[in-house]
Amino acid sequence: MKINDEYKELAWQGLWKNNPGIVQLLGLCPLLAVTSTLTNAIGLGLATLFVLICSNTTVSAIRKWVPKEIRIPIFVLIIASFVTCVQLLMNAYTFGLYQSLGIFLPLIVTNCAIIGRAEAYASKNPIKQASFDGLMMGLGFLLILMLLGAVREILGQGTLFDGANLLLGEWASVLRVEVYTLDSQFLLAILPPGAFIVMGLFIALKNAIDDRVAAAKPKTESQEIARVRVNFDEK
Amino acid sequence: MAFWIASSPHNHVQSETSSMMRMVIYATIPGIFAQWYFFGWGNLIHISLAVITALVAEFTVLSLREKNIKAQLFDGSAILTAVLLGISLPAIAPWWITVIGVSFAIIVVKQLYGGLGHNPFNPAMAAYVMLLISFPLQMTSWLPPLELMALPLKFVDTLSVIFSSFTIDGYSVEQLRTHVDGYTMATPLDTVKTNLTLGLNIAESMTSPVIGENYGVGWEWVSAGFLLGGLFLIGKKTIHWATPASFLVSIFICSLIAFLYSQDTNASTLFHWFNGACMFGAFFILTDPVSGATSIKGRIVFGALAGFLVFIIRKYGGYPDGVAFAVLICNMAAPLIDQYTRPRTYGHNISSSKAGKE
Repeated sequence: MKINDEYKELAWQGLWKNNPGIVQLLGLCPLLAVTSTLTNAIGLGLATLFVLICSNTTVSAIRKWVPKEIRIPIFVLIIASFVTCVQLLMNAYTFGLYQSLGIFLPLIVTNCAIIGRAEAYASKNPIKQASFDGLMMGLGFLLILMLLGAVREILGQGTLFDGANLLLGEWASVLRVEVYTLDSQFLLAILPPGAFIVMGLFIALKNAIDDRVAAAKPKTESQEIARVRVNFDEK
Repeated sequence: MAFWIASSPHNHVQSETSSMMRMVIYATIPGIFAQWYFFGWGNLIHISLAVITALVAEFTVLSLREKNIKAQLFDGSAILTAVLLGISLPAIAPWWITVIGVSFAIIVVKQLYGGLGHNPFNPAMAAYVMLLISFPLQMTSWLPPLELMALPLKFVDTLSVIFSSFTIDGYSVEQLRTHVDGYTMATPLDTVKTNLTLGLNIAESMTSPVIGENYGVGWEWVSAGFLLGGLFLIGKKTIHWATPASFLVSIFICSLIAFLYSQDTNASTLFHWFNGACMFGAFFILTDPVSGATSIKGRIVFGALAGFLVFIIRKYGGYPDGVAFAVLICNMAAPLIDQYTRPRTYGHNISSSKAGKE
């Protein structure tokens, strides 16, 4: 029962309350740069998710043998090796996507969300919880990437899942949805400034929802502490 | 008899925001009239469309933010932004350009930053740059002056082009932009810029029909109209003379140096003054009290920087005119300029005011 609660809390933290994308604002560089289409966003999100789970698990597994003084370089090394794996895998199986993600794929190494979780959570907790935390944080990040990608793709080119075949294979070409046709692309949504604006709106929306929820909650009455005057003279 | 002692400031400006905004809107009339005379109804249609959009957008945001709608909706700032953007758009741009641009200016650039008085950027110019970057094709489809056009363009034709991108008779935007002799015409600034890349010198460019006898058919009069309106504003003390003066002098000096250095590759100074958005920017955009510099010294630096940037962008940049970009860069620099041009307070000498800064 107690363990269940802990997992619930981890999921809540990763997906909403402490979401790496819109609350911690970590990994903004890939978040803003590659979300011009939904396919790119999913590609990078999945890659980050994979790296996050693997690095959290590994860091947690070796946490007792890592000297405190040099833990950061060790974490970086672990993360870098997993990123290299992902990069080689994507190079082999999803070459088109690998090309369109470009430099941002190897740059996952520098994504603060990953090293942040390794340092803050995985290095202090058992393997099970650490890997679950990685999964939830990665899903939270993936979710924000997908939302950003979807909004920007609809605004920018009026499509969804454009180029999904690069990620999922030839059959995925049918996924492409033409929401509406544009004579000319709305370049602002595709360029980085559009990412900043949409991102800002998402953060505002999340804060607004949180405020609503907080306002709707019944107020817990706080006990008033009455001051008691102590008279020492009476004795 | 006792004197009533009040604390400073002793000299109050009695006018309200709305009357100042109204004055600026009135001052655009000569320029708009010249635009109408030379380029047809397009800009007037865009201005009215922009004003309607601005009021709707402003109303929506103000009601969401639970502000005093009546007072803030009609303080004139949103209408002024709409008018300024409507003036700067190409006359036969499609209607959604105006709607997207004005909505962006009001909702994102002005209200999301906290409304009037809190916006770091000039809303009209930020929206213009957004449109120019997002829709380069529509935003560079400038109409040649009516007298040079091969096809007549009446009010209904203009309306039809803006809303359906074809005239009543079925001519497209591209066909409208065609000269009597059958080639597409650009603005004078664009013509000079393109001709230079083609290896023609300035004297040869000046024979182009769009430039005419002086600096550009129509364009020179539109600029003159804005100059007139601007002088009226300075006379009424609605705007301060420092910004436009230093801006124009700065462009004058930069282009004069370039012109004297090489007359074959640099247009004359008056050509720079009376083309593009130079006059319009000097008197109506840079003088925005919110996003500009504050002190007189600061305004002089602000204007001079803008003028330098406009010249640099016109000469070396990818776009033929650079007023909007220059204004945005100067808006960003305005707080820094204010920091270093803080006026000396009365009763303090320079060294002590510097000491006070640290």
